[in-house]
Amino acid sequence: MAKATIPEEELMLSGHVGCLGCGATLTMRYVLKALGKNTVISVPACCWAVMPGPYPLRCLEIPMLYNAFETTGASISGLRAAYDMKGRPDINVLGFAGDGGTADIGIQSLSGAVERGDNVFYVMYDNEAYMNTGVQRSSSTPYGAWTTTTPGGTTGDWKRQPKKNMMEIMVAHRIPYAATASVAYPEDMVKKLRKGIDVRGPKFYHIYAPCPTGWRLSPDKTIEISKLATDSCIFPIYEVENGIYTINRKPAKKVPVRDYLRLQGRFRHLGEEELNRIQEAVDWDWKLLLRKEEFMKDM
Amino acid sequence: MTTRKAAHKDLPRMPITTIPSTKVVTGFWRTFRPTLDESKCIKCRICWKFCPDVSISMTDDSFPAFDYEHCKGCGICANECPRKAIIMVMEE
Repeated sequence: MAKATIPEEELMLSGHVGCLGCGATLTMRYVLKALGKNTVISVPACCWAVMPGPYPLRCLEIPMLYNAFETTGASISGLRAAYDMKGRPDINVLGFAGDGGTADIGIQSLSGAVERGDNVFYVMYDNEAYMNTGVQRSSSTPYGAWTTTTPGGTTGDWKRQPKKNMMEIMVAHRIPYAATASVAYPEDMVKKLRKGIDVRGPKFYHIYAPCPTGWRLSPDKTIEISKLATDSCIFPIYEVENGIYTINRKPAKKVPVRDYLRLQGRFRHLGEEELNRIQEAVDWDWKLLLRKEEFMKDM
Repeated sequence: MTTRKAAHKDLPRMPITTIPSTKVVTGFWRTFRPTLDESKCIKCRICWKFCPDVSISMTDDSFPAFDYEHCKGCGICANECPRKAIIMVMEE
């Protein structure tokens, strides 16, 4: 018998039309558990825009606004200003966008909102492609991945470019608080979001949300793959508070990246040479992050 | 009181969704049904924590109860159960 480690209140309803083993719905569930009922959420075109199903269904217990793809940052700025005018600074304003809506299409409005220093939350749930429209490549798709616009197979046109590092872009804006989190560690995610409530200014969260459909992954492996992503250092869990890096989860024993890649059909075409190259890149990034943490300690 | 026909003025000014999605049955998506072996369950709440369909309800000292109207049978609960107390059984 054990106590619940995350809040019991459910603000997301069952009956949504997410795929089997969806990481994005888990992200929403944990984020709302952390922020509570006093939250208003703005969603652009992404998986979460279709999640409640056809009109007039809803699957959240809080107000949810739909927006155009590139306007998440601008809409949360406006919502914040409106609630401040109404004398409700206690309302949490949350932008909830996928990786395409954040790293590609919505980056200018997000950049504007962060630069203006609006007191908002922004969650990027990273499923590493445009999953809602049928697995098209985004700038957050990792090196070596198959998508429908970067097909592997006989042409061998899988993605040759590395993943865009959104956290570094946000840190370059001198954001007061930015953090990464994963659906495999909901306690850590809830803790980071609760921490954000006390921070004045923009808060950015990069959340790892596996997509079994687009990754060609068995739906029961959603949590397993998220743990492997952190243990192999391909998706490190860390936070940056006013420029100071803290790594929250350091794997005791690093898992080879190929163990993580092997579970997913989208990396099936990769040969020995590419696997070694990915391992080298991941090791380099992890070393860089460790150095940053070490360097910032004395600042 | 006279009754009048509904007109365009009665429509909401913007589309507002009102019906909770719990009314929708997603249970027929399922291929495998999660079943609990109560003798192995230690009530750790890990299955409750990781359910993406919010289909497992439990309190601190009850066994997990599956909501078969909404469970899509993804199998995360069975995969994450530390005692392997949840078994996925093929639907008939």
